[in-house]
Amino acid sequence: MAASSKLFDIYNKHSADLLTSWEAEQKASIRADLIKVSELREQSKEFLRLFGEALSRGNFKNIQAPEWALAREFLTSISHSRGLQGYTPSETATFVFSLKKSFMNKVRQEGGATAANMDEVWELSDLLDKLGLYTTEVHQKAREELINRQQLDMLELSTPVVELAEGIIALPMIGTLDSHRTQIVMETLLQRIVETSASIAIIDITGVPTVDTLVAQHLLKTVTAAKLMGTECIISGIRPQIAATIVHLGVDLGTVITKASLASAFHLALKKTGFALVKTTGHKV
Amino acid sequence: MERIPILKMGDFLLVTIQVDMHDRLVMNLQEDLLSRISQHVSKGVLIDISALEIVDSFIGRMIANIASMSRILDAKTVVTGMRPAVAITLVELGLSLEGVITALNVDRGIKLLEKLVEKESAVEMVGDDYYHQD
Repeated sequence: MAASSKLFDIYNKHSADLLTSWEAEQKASIRADLIKVSELREQSKEFLRLFGEALSRGNFKNIQAPEWALAREFLTSISHSRGLQGYTPSETATFVFSLKKSFMNKVRQEGGATAANMDEVWELSDLLDKLGLYTTEVHQKAREELINRQQLDMLELSTPVVELAEGIIALPMIGTLDSHRTQIVMETLLQRIVETSASIAIIDITGVPTVDTLVAQHLLKTVTAAKLMGTECIISGIRPQIAATIVHLGVDLGTVITKASLASAFHLALKKTGFALVKTTGHKV
Repeated sequence: MERIPILKMGDFLLVTIQVDMHDRLVMNLQEDLLSRISQHVSKGVLIDISALEIVDSFIGRMIANIASMSRILDAKTVVTGMRPAVAITLVELGLSLEGVITALNVDRGIKLLEKLVEKESAVEMVGDDYYHQD
């Protein structure tokens, strides 16, 4: 513990000096266009204060301990705000790492570069490494949360079932289909069939970049399930490459009505439900 | 013994399944229905399963069987009101009920049956603008 308290002594003695030299250190390395000087100073000051407070408690090994809770919290908020400002994770971690040089200088001043203060040097280095890595971890966690949220958003956005006419609904599918999404697509479509009591459903796959056996199988399942409920399905928007792929894969779409475009599928649906599109005369667009 | 009621409506027979099916019940239904078809010389059968929440492979196959047996007895069979969950289950079980005519609700089912029966009896009728299901 002797070494530890010595670190705190050094901090206490030089805290004002530390702040100035650390700031200078940061200014040299940071992208200045993304953050205000005053903000940077505030952050440095606050972190140094919390760092000193934690040092005074004497736990140098474990930054997960309650002594470091405040410092961790502060680093979390910094990591978040810097992430938003557009800093890379390593730039954020440099915020902590850059303190090393200033602090080491002070340690050297106090004891000289002797074997006697190697203990402090080692502990300080270890401690700051951990804190720096912590900011990276937080950054990554925030990213993962963002990705998860976006994925959920995409799932909700990507399965709109729209009513085109009385008894005709359409499901324009967009994006890559995986097993989780296909399940949701199927359920939404069937649910909407019940709600709208549609007799024809058009599944448009213009926005689906690739069709593999899984996707084709899923399409067939959806069509069969809809048919069981008494609704006929038309698949539209099959691009030439996809048509070739389907045949090469040996998928049999023989029982399913397919149309090249959504428009022709719609025309067929109108015909089947007894509607007709009539062009009125005397109208100029 | 537990039985599912079969109602006669003109040329048609109406079966509404309001309880959860079990194996014995569906066997009884098959027997009763077939004897009623031959007794009344019915032209069509409508089976409404809108209240059915749970199916297994056996029930699914029996529904298909009943439909094809009735067809042999010259009665068109329409299954109506299948719930999405039931439809998904049947598809996942690999039962696509080929040859079973389905409709979304009883209303449409009856209309569909009338069309199907009419088409057969009135040969002189020209043009069928109702969307037909094969």
